Amino acid sequence: MAPVLELRGITKAFPGVLANDHIDLTLEEGEILALLGENGAGKTTLMNILYGLYQPDAGEIFVRGKKVEIHEPNDAIRLGIGMVHQHFMLVPVFTVTENVMLGVESMRYGLFLDRRRAAAKVREISKQYKLEVNPDDYIKDLPMGVQQRVEIIKVLYRKADILILDEPTAVLTPQEVEELFKIIRSLHEQGKSIIFITHKLKEVMAIADRITVLRQGRAVGTTTPAEATMERLAQMMVGREVELVVKKKPAKPGDVVLDVENLHVVDHRGNVAVRGVTFDVRAGEILGVAGVQGNGQTELVRALTGLLRPEMGRIRVNGVDVTHASPREILEQGVAHVPEDRQKDGLILKYPVHDNLILNTYYIPPFAKGVNLQFGEIYKAAAERAYEFDIRTPNVYVPVSTLSGGNQQKTIVAREFSRPVRLLIASQPTRGLDVGSIEYIHQRIVQKRDEGAAVLLVSPELDEILALSDRIAVMYRGQFVAILPAAEATRQKLGLLMAGVSVAEAEAAEQAPAPVEENPAL
Amino acid sequence: MSEQKERASQNNPDTRAQALARLLLRPARGSVWQAILLPVLAVFTALVIGALVIVFTDLQVLNLYKDFFSAPGKALAASWKSIASAYSALFKGSIGNPAEFAKAISVLRATGDAAPLRQAFWPISESLVTSVPYIFAGLAVALGFQCGLFNIGAEGQIFIGALASVYVGYSIKGLPQYIHLPLAFLTGAAAAGLWAAVAGVLKAKTGAHEVINTIMMNYIAFLLSDWLLNGPMKRPGYSPISPAIQDSAWLPKFFPDPLRFHAGFFVALGIAAVVYWLLFKTTIGFEIRSVGANPDAARYAGISVTRNFVLAMFLSGALAGMAGANEVLGVNHQLASAFSSGYGFDSIALALLGKSHPVGVVLAALLFGTLRSGATRMQSLAGVPIDIISILQALVIIFIAAPAIIRWLYRLRLEREVGETVFTRGWGQ
Repeated sequence: MAPVLELRGITKAFPGVLANDHIDLTLEEGEILALLGENGAGKTTLMNILYGLYQPDAGEIFVRGKKVEIHEPNDAIRLGIGMVHQHFMLVPVFTVTENVMLGVESMRYGLFLDRRRAAAKVREISKQYKLEVNPDDYIKDLPMGVQQRVEIIKVLYRKADILILDEPTAVLTPQEVEELFKIIRSLHEQGKSIIFITHKLKEVMAIADRITVLRQGRAVGTTTPAEATMERLAQMMVGREVELVVKKKPAKPGDVVLDVENLHVVDHRGNVAVRGVTFDVRAGEILGVAGVQGNGQTELVRALTGLLRPEMGRIRVNGVDVTHASPREILEQGVAHVPEDRQKDGLILKYPVHDNLILNTYYIPPFAKGVNLQFGEIYKAAAERAYEFDIRTPNVYVPVSTLSGGNQQKTIVAREFSRPVRLLIASQPTRGLDVGSIEYIHQRIVQKRDEGAAVLLVSPELDEILALSDRIAVMYRGQFVAILPAAEATRQKLGLLMAGVSVAEAEAAEQAPAPVEENPAL
Repeated sequence: MSEQKERASQNNPDTRAQALARLLLRPARGSVWQAILLPVLAVFTALVIGALVIVFTDLQVLNLYKDFFSAPGKALAASWKSIASAYSALFKGSIGNPAEFAKAISVLRATGDAAPLRQAFWPISESLVTSVPYIFAGLAVALGFQCGLFNIGAEGQIFIGALASVYVGYSIKGLPQYIHLPLAFLTGAAAAGLWAAVAGVLKAKTGAHEVINTIMMNYIAFLLSDWLLNGPMKRPGYSPISPAIQDSAWLPKFFPDPLRFHAGFFVALGIAAVVYWLLFKTTIGFEIRSVGANPDAARYAGISVTRNFVLAMFLSGALAGMAGANEVLGVNHQLASAFSSGYGFDSIALALLGKSHPVGVVLAALLFGTLRSGATRMQSLAGVPIDIISILQALVIIFIAAPAIIRWLYRLRLEREVGETVFTRGWGQ
C-alpha cells in the first residue's frame, strides 16, 4: 500500500539560505513520525510547504499515492492535512465552539450561525479523542494546554486524518505535555497519521514510531526509538558529539551576593504572587528555582531586577539595599538578567544585532562619548561578541528578528555575560532552544559560576535545574516550600514539592517504592 | 560548527580576524531607489487617479462622453486637454513657467530690469515658503512616532508657538536682531514644547492616551488663541489680529517683494539635520527609539520609559512650535486667528509618507508644499477646484498606509523584512 503521505526531493531556497535541500519523507498510515531537528534545520519550512503556505522550488508531494499540488491551506485541508501551529491561531474573545467553526461555519437558513450543532460536534470529537474541553468556555480563560486541544479539535473538525503538530510542547508545562501525549496516543489508536515536529530528544523517544532527522535543510537519516539512543540522535541533529550532561566541578561558595528577606510582590492584576520569600545566593554557586510556571517565579525575578516594585521585604545585592532601586541602578550593581520572554523583554526585534548587544550599555564608554554614540566601537564589539558567543548571523547589521530563536537567545547571553557580572539572574535561559544551543548556554552559566558570579536560575524544566544547580529551591504558590542541596534532590521529590506536597510527605514518599511511573517527558 | 571553528583556529591564526571581518562587512545596500520606490509610486498613482477625478468632474468633458461611441477621439482629446491643462497649471503654479523664465532672462539682459525674473521665480519661492512649516510640523509628528507616540496635537502646538513668538516679537523693543530673532523663535518652540509635554506627563503619570489629550488640547489652543487675539493681544482698532512684530524679529529675506522666500527654509533644513543626528547618532535618540520600538525591552535595559515619553512630547511640541514661530517671524509678521489652516493635521500624513525619517519628512514636505501652493494657480488658470489637492494627498496617504495596493498594482515582490519576520524564525540564518 502506498504511504499516506510522501514528499520527494522538496527544495526551497530563501535569499541566502537553502532551507530545504531535496528532502524525501514518507508517512505511513496510522504512524507517529517525529521530525527532529535544531532550530533553523528547515522543519517548519518543510511543513509550511506541505500546508500550502510556501511553494517549493522543486519536488513533489504524494497523498495516498496520488501526486498533488498544494497552493494554499485550503488545498491541504481538502486533502485531509491539518496543522496545529506552534503559536495558536485562536480568537481570545470567542468561545471554543466559535473558534472551531470559524471559517467553516454551519448555518441555519444560510444566515444564522448554528452554534448548537457545532457545539454538539465539538463535544463528539472531544469525547471520541479524549480531548477534554468545554465548548462554551472563552479561549482567553483557558490555559495553554487546553487552547492546544482546541487547535487539535479545529483540525479534526475539518476532517483531517494527517495531523502536523509544530513544536506542540514548546508552550506546555510538564503536566500538560503528559496530557498531550495521551491525546496523541488516542489519535494514533484511532488511525490518524501524525507528524510531530520537535527538537526535544526525550519527547521523540517517548512518542514516535519513526524518527526522521533534519540538519541544515537536509534529511540526514531515519530511525526508530528502539534502534536509536539519545546520544546518537543528538549527534545526527547537531552533526557532532553533544554533551548531554553538563560537566561541572563542586561549587566553592563565597560571600553572599544576593540577600532576599521576606519578599512580597503583587502582580499587575493585583494578586499577591510572591508571599514572604527569604533566601540568599553566594558567589560561586547556582541556586536553582524549580516550580510549575505561574507560581510566582516571574514576579520574583521582576522584583529582583527592579521591573516590579515589591510590596514588602528587602533585597540586597553586594550588601547594597536595592529594594526600591530602578532597573538601571540594579544593572549597575553588576546584575545580569537573561529574561524569561526574550522577544518581549530581552530584545528590540527590529534593531540590528549590534544595537541589541549594547541595549543596556549604550551610554557607557567606549560606546558613547557624551551623548554621541561611537558606532565604530559598537560594531567592533558586536563582531567580537558574535564571534565569541557563536551567534550565527551573516553580519552584525541585520535585524535581530531575522535570527533563529537560539541565536536570538545567544545574543542576549552575549550581551549579559560581557559585562562585569557579580549576580546572574537567568530565567528559563534555554526555553525553546535546540540541543546545541542548550549545551552551549549551560556551559556558559557554569563558567560564570566558576568565575565567582552568584547565579539564580529559574526554570520549570527539572532537567535544567538538576543539571546546573548547587542548591535547589522549590517555589509553590508564591513561597519557597523547600531549599535543598542538589545532592538531596531527586526528580521525584522535586516533582512532589512542585505539586504542593509538604516536605515531610515528600520525604516519606521518597522512602516508599515509586508510586507513579516517571514521566519521560519531564 | 564551533568545533570546526576551534580546530580551524588552531591551524590558521587568521580565522578569528577573518570571521570578524565577515561580521563587519556591510552587505551591498539596496539602492536609494528601493527605499523610495513605494512612496514615489504612491505619489504617481495618486496623480493618475487624480487625473481621472479631474476628467469626471469636468462637465464639458463629461458631455462629450455621451457621444463617445460615435466620436471617441473627441472625448479622449478633451479629457487629455483637461488633464494636461490642470497639471501644467499645477506645475507652473508651483515650480514656474519655463517660457516665462526665458523671457525674463532676455528682459534682464536687454534692460537690466530684474522684476520679470523675480516674477518668474515667484511660484517656486511660494512652494518653498509653504514647505517650511510642513518640514517643522512633519518632523514634530515623526519624532513622536519614533517614540511610539501619536502626536495629533501639532496643529494646536503650532498656535501656541506662534502666540509665544509673536508676543516676544512685538512686545520687546530695541533688541538687536541677533538676539531678538532667536529669542522669539526659541520662545515659540519652548512654549509649544511645554504645552505638548503636558500630554507626555499625563501619559507617563496616569497612562492617559496622548491621542485623546493632544486632540483635546488642540481645542484649548485654538480657543486660547482666539481669546488672546480678541483680548490681551489684540491690535487696537483691528479685527482679531496681533500687533506687527518688530523688524528685529524678522527672519531675514533674501529678495525684494513679491518673493517671500526667507531664511526659515534653511533653519528648517538645519533643524532636520539636528533631529536626524539626535535620533540616530546620540544616546538620547537611542533611548527614544528604543522606547518606541519596544517599551518593555527599553525598561528592562534600564531606560526610563516615562521620562522619554515626556521628553519626546516636549521635543515634538517644540518642533511644531517652530512651524508656528516660522510663520509669524518669516511670513506673516503678525498673528491672525486661524492662520495655520491645517499644517499640523497634514503633517501627520506627511510623517507617514516620509516614513518618520527626517530625510523622508523633508522630501514629503517639499511635495506637500509644492502641491498646496500650486493648487491656487491651478484653480485660477485651469478652473480645477483646489480640493483636488486634498484628494491627491488623501490618495497618497491611502497608498502609503496600505502598501499592498501599490505592490499589487505594480506587481512588486514583498520586501523581505515585511511580514516575514515570523516565518524566518523557522529557518534562521
